Amino acid sequence: MPEDRQVQEDRTGAWEPRIVAFFCNWCTYMAADLAGVSRAHYAPNVRIVRVLCSGRVDPQFVLQAFAQGADGVLIGGCHPGDCHYQDGNTRALRRFRLLRRLAGEMGIHEDRLRLEWVSASEIDKVRWAVNDMVETVRRLGPLTVRPPASPHAATGAAERVASHV
Amino acid sequence: MSEKSRLACAWCASCGGCEEAIVDLGPALLDLLDRADFAFFPALADFRREDIEGVPDGALLAALITGSVISADDEEMVRLLRRKSRCVIAMGSCAHMGGVPALANQLPEDAWPGAARPAPAARAAGEPPLPELRPPVRTVGQVVEVDGVIPGCPPSSGLVRDALERLLAGRAPSGGEVMAPDVALCEECPRRESAAAEWSFAGFRRPHVTELDPTVCFLNQGVLCMGPATRAGCESACIRGNMPCTGCYGPTSRVHDQGAKMIACIASAVKADTPEEVDAVLDGLPDTVGAFYRYGLAASLLPPRSAIGVGEISSV
Repeated sequence: MPEDRQVQEDRTGAWEPRIVAFFCNWCTYMAADLAGVSRAHYAPNVRIVRVLCSGRVDPQFVLQAFAQGADGVLIGGCHPGDCHYQDGNTRALRRFRLLRRLAGEMGIHEDRLRLEWVSASEIDKVRWAVNDMVETVRRLGPLTVRPPASPHAATGAAERVASHV
Repeated sequence: MSEKSRLACAWCASCGGCEEAIVDLGPALLDLLDRADFAFFPALADFRREDIEGVPDGALLAALITGSVISADDEEMVRLLRRKSRCVIAMGSCAHMGGVPALANQLPEDAWPGAARPAPAARAAGEPPLPELRPPVRTVGQVVEVDGVIPGCPPSSGLVRDALERLLAGRAPSGGEVMAPDVALCEECPRRESAAAEWSFAGFRRPHVTELDPTVCFLNQGVLCMGPATRAGCESACIRGNMPCTGCYGPTSRVHDQGAKMIACIASAVKADTPEEVDAVLDGLPDTVGAFYRYGLAASLLPPRSAIGVGEISSV
């Protein structure tokens, strides 16, 4: 359950890390839910997206999160060997290792992207993972991403050309 | 049809390969020229900007624009052609996704020559200066509205012919439609049958130091091939030349970021289960951006590196 204090940016305008988390339905999301039921607090900076498996996290999701204002991305999956779908978490690990390299080359500090294994019962681990991620990103500072030139797609050429030919 | 339709073909940061693809139409080009004229084609003949500046707005049937947009001149030309043409086609990987020149977007902006760009040593009197560079490298679609795209580096002559025939028949693309099959290259790959149901990378082999089997799927040979994340339409030209796909046709319409999609494909197949082992295999790919975004960096979900930074932390 998010702590009592609100994310500071909403109230005072001071920067607070904004973390997008992709949590696996069968483990990390359950742990976060259990933490809520148990009234165990963790940092409120995290926006959790429930996915059916950490292997479902398309690298495009991660790039999109960074492009749209996330200061960090946290992926939570089942411990090795415990994947609900046998090896989705192993695939997530492999993608994560390559995606970290890509992020680094693109100018995003590698520690802004993180993968943690958390089982459904590990309340303390999910709290630690979220809190530690927030503190890591707090030390790295706000990620500023100037939006790219927006792609344009025109319509109406069909009519303009048909009337011309 | 009373008079011939008029077309334009302008190059921005283009190597000339796309223009060559038009010339490569051969006899088919002569047939097209019976029905249309090029009002502007500086790669082929001595056309000047004045040749189209005087044309009424919207008078050209279509403008084919090649190359990425890197200079003030490119930008002006693209805007001018947008005004003069009913249909704007981004032609080739550079106009479509930034192409190889867009790899310069990995540089910080102060590393661009910019105003400090050295002037040519010998300059004739009255000769205008070189145009100002305008980083970052952009696609044509990031400067003006684009109606259609002919992908490829260069586009295959078949695609160019089909696109021109389509335009002259009055069926223009719209909404930035990519005028090539909307399936992955693997669908039309001549080595498709050779691909194993299960394959993995225990290490990456690089094509220039590897003896490649000309019949077996490159991915099955441990060579990075962009086919799974790249649009078909090239007639597998590189594959038939025994070289892996490098991704010049860009992604299919369902994919937003070609490099990220390929990372999902390639990394999942790495034959390793611990972070250390995975890293050891990935060390065989020394240039992540260059491998996965060789043509598509300007069209990535992430902006150029110069647009990514760490902000100041304001104190309360």
